Amino acid sequence: MTIVTTGSDAIMEQINKQLNKLVDVAAVMDLSEGQHIERELMLVKVDAAESSAREELKRLTDIFRGRILDVSNHTYTIELTGSRSKLDSFLEAIGRDLILETVRTGASGIGRGERILKL
Amino acid sequence: MELTGAEIAIRCLQEEGVEYIFGYPGGAVLHIYDALFQQDKVKHILVRHEQAAIHAADGYARSSEKVGVALVTSGPGLTNAVTGIATAYMDSIPMVVISGQVPTFAIGEDAFQEVDAVGITRPCVKHNFLVKDVKDIAATIKKAFYLANSGRPGPVLVDIPKDVSNQKTAFEYPSSVNIRSYHPVGKGDSSQIKRAAQMLLEAKRPMVYAGGGVILSGASGELTDLVRLLGFPCTNTLMGLGGFPASDQQFVGMLGMHGTYEANMAMQYCDVLVAVGARFDDRVIGNVAHFAQVPRKIIHIDIDPSSIAKRVKVDVPIVGDVKLVLEELLAVLRNSKQKPDATNLASWWKQVNEWRVKGGGLRYKNSDEVIKPQYVIETLHKITEGDAFVTSDVGQHQMWAAQYYKFNKPRRWINSGGLGTMGFGLPAAMGVQLINPGATVACVTGEGSIQMNIQELSTCKQFHLPIKVLSLNNRYLGMVRQWQQFFHGNRYSESYMDALPDFVKLAEAYGHIGMRIVQPSDVEPALREAFARKNDLVFMDFQTDSTENVFPMVPGGKGLSEVILAEDL
Repeated sequence: MTIVTTGSDAIMEQINKQLNKLVDVAAVMDLSEGQHIERELMLVKVDAAESSAREELKRLTDIFRGRILDVSNHTYTIELTGSRSKLDSFLEAIGRDLILETVRTGASGIGRGERILKL
Repeated sequence: MELTGAEIAIRCLQEEGVEYIFGYPGGAVLHIYDALFQQDKVKHILVRHEQAAIHAADGYARSSEKVGVALVTSGPGLTNAVTGIATAYMDSIPMVVISGQVPTFAIGEDAFQEVDAVGITRPCVKHNFLVKDVKDIAATIKKAFYLANSGRPGPVLVDIPKDVSNQKTAFEYPSSVNIRSYHPVGKGDSSQIKRAAQMLLEAKRPMVYAGGGVILSGASGELTDLVRLLGFPCTNTLMGLGGFPASDQQFVGMLGMHGTYEANMAMQYCDVLVAVGARFDDRVIGNVAHFAQVPRKIIHIDIDPSSIAKRVKVDVPIVGDVKLVLEELLAVLRNSKQKPDATNLASWWKQVNEWRVKGGGLRYKNSDEVIKPQYVIETLHKITEGDAFVTSDVGQHQMWAAQYYKFNKPRRWINSGGLGTMGFGLPAAMGVQLINPGATVACVTGEGSIQMNIQELSTCKQFHLPIKVLSLNNRYLGMVRQWQQFFHGNRYSESYMDALPDFVKLAEAYGHIGMRIVQPSDVEPALREAFARKNDLVFMDFQTDSTENVFPMVPGGKGLSEVILAEDL
């Protein structure tokens, strides 16, 4: 389970301790203490009725290394993975008017290199 | 041989050595009650409200070293129990609560008396379980007892659906328990303990601050040895009273919102503070920023890492069982050639004693005309020779009992410190009396609090519990009234209790003895008479001064040195 939160060092320490206190929790690692990779998956359905918009959406999807998963006469359904800020930038680039529906998983994180969370 | 889930549950309680279980039957627990009926090892105490079952199990646990056990039905049985569970959770009391649940096939269908017990109790239990398979009951109850009574203790809920309690399986009680993700600590880190010892030996203005963890860990002997070895002043929290003997010269009284002047000043101006099984809560240190204005080194010993560095910065954290840590700390100090600097310590004691004088001690102006509540507690202490188990409810009477009944032994002072639950005192006293038959048990309460669980007078009658109830009846919700007087311009919004019952008749209606005491000169004779009645519950309705306030007082949000003393008003 990856949990994203914000707070001062003292609050992060307390969150860490409170999570550890839960009987079912075996281990807690603060990924942001070291090098780590973070990815979030997003599915976006956009209004692609206008042909000019279709081209622009296709181009943007390529630039952001996304994929168009599904196409209808009026819509594109786009898949995109990346950091939260990358996904936010993509939504901003498309513009609010064209977005019909957004589904996001929230971040999954893992340590870089030899950093392993394992029992 | 195969047993039903209900029979297994009861067999598990027998295996755990449970002598008493407090509860109230209902639809979802009928199988379990049937299994209870067919054995006589576990005795059931029928309460009159589920909240009281939990408080009684709680008082049972606090006054002994055992796990309190309660049994309630689904839905309203469980929701009534929640206040009791939260009370136990806030004070880290070991407890196992078994609740009935609607049958597994009906869960989620808004069945009759259905409530999501696991969901509703999640924030106020150490852990909880919904048992979906009869094969899991034994292992789950084993885990529940282990969790409740290890590490930082707390209540654990086991929710058993009705069909599960009626299915059959082979019974085998596990001999051991292993929870992969749960490893409570025992001993503290030795190098940290050495650092702490050195810091204590070099302190100029040292202070020992001990809380409920000392009681729970059974470490009052070690704490007392430590304080006497070092010659330092010692204060106890509300939860820690009795952890260090109140009659000892080194005891500076309880600290906090209604603590003594000297305890709070010493807390504020010490240079090395050792916190033992205490958690720096808002009622103890008041304003955190104000507390931090004076630099001091803090050593914090606690079994729960999340209690350390939660509200204050700590220099030497020691995670471990208080008793084991204190044992090791004592050994290090005894082996050390160094002793605390006598000159520094003498001048620190001089300062502390000046505060003792300046604060004027705990005091009130006694009267010939109206009963002062503090006088009742002082007389109670005198009559019972300081050796009673004293339970309390919540409010002014609780603070006066804490201040004026000088507890010298652990597990004698039974009160709801963290949650502050009115209605706790009488049912808690039932649990105390059951586990300590023959002991003197006094419940100090008020006319407000006692009415929150007064129906338990009936339970006391049924099980012959000769509790002495001292109701300090001032016709007000006294602590609310006090705050309204100090901070809300004397606007006594809803704090006056009109239409009070005749408590003497009420006690008599339940089959007990009732006494009304109006004159100060009658206080002592009445108490003597009541406590001489060893086999009777006596309800004493003391008509006390309605204007009396609890002093000293550190107002909410203020610092420990910003105290209101009795003469200030």
